[in-house]
Amino acid sequence: MIRTRLDFRRIAAVFTARNREFFRDRSTLAWSVMLPVAIVFGFAFAFSGSAPERYTIGVLGDPAAAERTLDIDYVEYVRVRDRSRGVEQVRHHELDLLVDPAARRYWVSDASPKGYMLERVLRGVNVDERAYSRESVPGRMIRYVDWLVPGLLAMNMMFTALFGVGFVIVRYRKNGVLKRFKATPLRPAEYLIAQLASRLMIIVVITSAIFIGSHAILDFPIQGNPLGLLLVLIAGGICLISLGLIVAARTASEELAGGLLNLFSWPMMFLSGVWFSVEGLHPWLQIVAQALPLTHVIDAARAVMIDGAGLVAIAPQIGLLLAMAAVFLAIGASLFRWE
Amino acid sequence: MDYLLEADGLVKHYGDLRAVDGVSFGLQPGACFGLLGPNGAGKTTTVEMLEGLTEPTSGTIRFRGAPRGETFRARAGIQFQKTALPDYITVREALELFASLYPHAAAIDELIGLCALEGFLGQYCNRISGGQRQRLLLAIALVNDPDIVFLDEPTTGLDPQARRNFWSLIERIRARGKTVLLTTHYMEEAARLCSEIAIVDHGRIIARGAPGQLLSEHFGETVLELPREDLADTTGLPVTAVDAGDRIELLTRDVADTIAALIERGVPLERLRIRERTLEDLFLELTGRTIRA
Repeated sequence: MIRTRLDFRRIAAVFTARNREFFRDRSTLAWSVMLPVAIVFGFAFAFSGSAPERYTIGVLGDPAAAERTLDIDYVEYVRVRDRSRGVEQVRHHELDLLVDPAARRYWVSDASPKGYMLERVLRGVNVDERAYSRESVPGRMIRYVDWLVPGLLAMNMMFTALFGVGFVIVRYRKNGVLKRFKATPLRPAEYLIAQLASRLMIIVVITSAIFIGSHAILDFPIQGNPLGLLLVLIAGGICLISLGLIVAARTASEELAGGLLNLFSWPMMFLSGVWFSVEGLHPWLQIVAQALPLTHVIDAARAVMIDGAGLVAIAPQIGLLLAMAAVFLAIGASLFRWE
Repeated sequence: MDYLLEADGLVKHYGDLRAVDGVSFGLQPGACFGLLGPNGAGKTTTVEMLEGLTEPTSGTIRFRGAPRGETFRARAGIQFQKTALPDYITVREALELFASLYPHAAAIDELIGLCALEGFLGQYCNRISGGQRQRLLLAIALVNDPDIVFLDEPTTGLDPQARRNFWSLIERIRARGKTVLLTTHYMEEAARLCSEIAIVDHGRIIARGAPGQLLSEHFGETVLELPREDLADTTGLPVTAVDAGDRIELLTRDVADTIAALIERGVPLERLRIRERTLEDLFLELTGRTIRA
């Protein structure tokens, strides 16, 4: 029913009006650019040395048993189910060491200072027993900053998507702009598509500009196809904007909308792997993390930038983000009220 | 009688509140119909049901003799009591935005001339004066070249000069054959603009007709006003005397006779005022309260 009635001219008119509004509102525009720049460079500076001093050993098998056998304290043991995945994590320094206690083997990156430390300790406390055999994981030295930048940019994108689209709609419902539109032949779906398209364009332009600018200064690696990053950005943007549309579907209270937006954005900020790898989380929180769109955005972005993943390799994440977006949009459109 | 728009037995309840409680009327093509009543009388709810924005609890609405279909929205122009426009959009851009939402739009340059928007076309909608804003909102209501225009308290909050300008604008629109439904709580506005008015109170129409006809139906009398100190005693005068605070109002059908009686008593007439009874008086008489209470 909706498909036959969507009128592109009406969508274009609302899209244009929304873009004008955004780019003419100098203070908001400046803020949308300055904030992510400040976040990226602020944290790049703060973590310009090494990652936070936190040693992580991946265990193929039971982490608690491994902790007893290895007898190394003040180290986090996390369960790794798949060996090749674990080796990848060693390569990206998400794990400092990967141990298979049953086979008495371990994997360590040649480029990881923390891996080196753990290896020395492991060999030191286990001298009298059967020696562990060493598997070396070659790799370019990856700084924490390199790993952090995709997370920070994705996090900023998440906040812009949720709050940018959410607050505008709620404010317009409150002051009657939406009621004025309701009295015209404009359909809710057309209005929502125009809002989504406008915000997506803004997100893509600003995030790309900051990405290119910070790459010039911080020189983080982009091993894979930048087109893959663009696709992740677009799919993630659509997904998170659609989530914002759900929040903005009915309420005319900016306070309530703000609270709801925080309810979505804070878990993503801390559980989606912006700051540290999702693998370190409690198993239940890992399940929560998988349900958060931002987790998959960051996952795919790091796969492209650090692992050099191609378009096919990130297709599952992109597909998942688009599927989530479809669900969010359907919910948002069905809940939507002009007043 | 062929009505352009007709309401029959409209009722709207919000929980226990009976906002509109059985309202029926019809608008003839080219008419200017005024809904007159105090705040909270149910005017806006009635209008919003007719506009198709609010579903009636019960009752029927017909447009050109048939239920309003999908196309009604394109045939109606609406000016809300309170509307904001998108920020950082100029007056001309706002007109173009709304024009492009309709399948058929009026010529924008003509609307600009009609509503006298020439002087501030390049300004942002949120930085124009109240009178300019109401003119812009009226132009937006006309942007689809509608058959019927709904104006919900269009002059509330305007200064007298801006209000008069707006009135002549509405007269120009009527001259173009538009049918207008207007709500107001200004009696003067209704008397000047409307061909027919309905006085609404507590969700019901309590009187209805052409302004002059309503007054002559309810009042045959003329009012003579005198300060209280000039006319302490009204006993024995052949008229009805009404206590109006610091003034005494005498209601009479024969002005000459009443004045003769006053002269005979030696009442000073320097401060005598003679006036027609107004819609304001009618409202007071019908509802027992003043309209802007």
